[in-house]
Amino acid sequence: MFKNKGIFALLLLALAVGTLLSPFAASSPDGLEKVAEDKGFIELAKTLFYAPIPDYLMPGIQNQTLATALAGFAGVLLTLIIVLGLGKLISKKD
Amino acid sequence: MHIADGILSVPTCAVTGAISAGVLAYSIKKSKANLEEKQVPFLGVTAAFIFAAQMINFPVLPGTSGHLIGAVLTAIVLGPWAASIIMATVLSIQALFFGDGGIIALGANIFNLAVISAFCGYFVYSKLKNHNEKTAVALAAWLGVVAPSIAASIEIALSGILPLAQILPAVTGIHMVIGIGEAVITLMVVGYLKKVKKEAAFDV
Repeated sequence: MFKNKGIFALLLLALAVGTLLSPFAASSPDGLEKVAEDKGFIELAKTLFYAPIPDYLMPGIQNQTLATALAGFAGVLLTLIIVLGLGKLISKKD
Repeated sequence: MHIADGILSVPTCAVTGAISAGVLAYSIKKSKANLEEKQVPFLGVTAAFIFAAQMINFPVLPGTSGHLIGAVLTAIVLGPWAASIIMATVLSIQALFFGDGGIIALGANIFNLAVISAFCGYFVYSKLKNHNEKTAVALAAWLGVVAPSIAASIEIALSGILPLAQILPAVTGIHMVIGIGEAVITLMVVGYLKKVKKEAAFDV
């Protein structure tokens, strides 16, 4: 499936961005979070569900850089696998 | 722009969730008629790339960051139907596995970032691309951030958090700036993604 060079290169790019670049992303709140802080409704935010890899940090890893990189790596592969499976289901049958 | 649980009212989540479900059902129908199986690997790696790119927050103004949404980028390369499915899948993975965006608010986040972003942006792109391709890409990508920020503001107002006159200028104002980042990144990678897709289609 990844014999195609271009597809393989794009996958490597996704892994590189998700693993090597992600620990260096800006940590300030995003636009909506910032407004929620400024206008005082951020306190309403609730966690109703405990995600396995909360806040893009792999649990059990003390080093933040490594925890983010591993979370990114896991997320990229998980997204790939799920969309490959979904794609099979929703594509045209010849 | 992922909205957490506890902010939007249950009716707001229910209505946006129902609309999202309807659009996604139609997108799946469209895909079953048009999406070729040999395109599936490209779909998978594009979704993986969008997930990775969404992790990269860039500074916008002091104390604020933004990151790529990627719905318009995906829509330009794969069409709005496939894009809405890919974006909904990425948003679901972010909510379920990474706690990014609420579970009850997932339908609203899909409505804003998969449906509104992809279709509004793609509409503008399709209208302008024959005049000037680069301008069409940039404007579509920018609108792909601004339009969902308007939708999010309306949802917050409908949920009784703040009047629209207060929330809309604040949320949409900052996203008019974040949208410039979306336009720059989209311009940088759209040609590359189109090339990968084209070459992959010949190589089966």
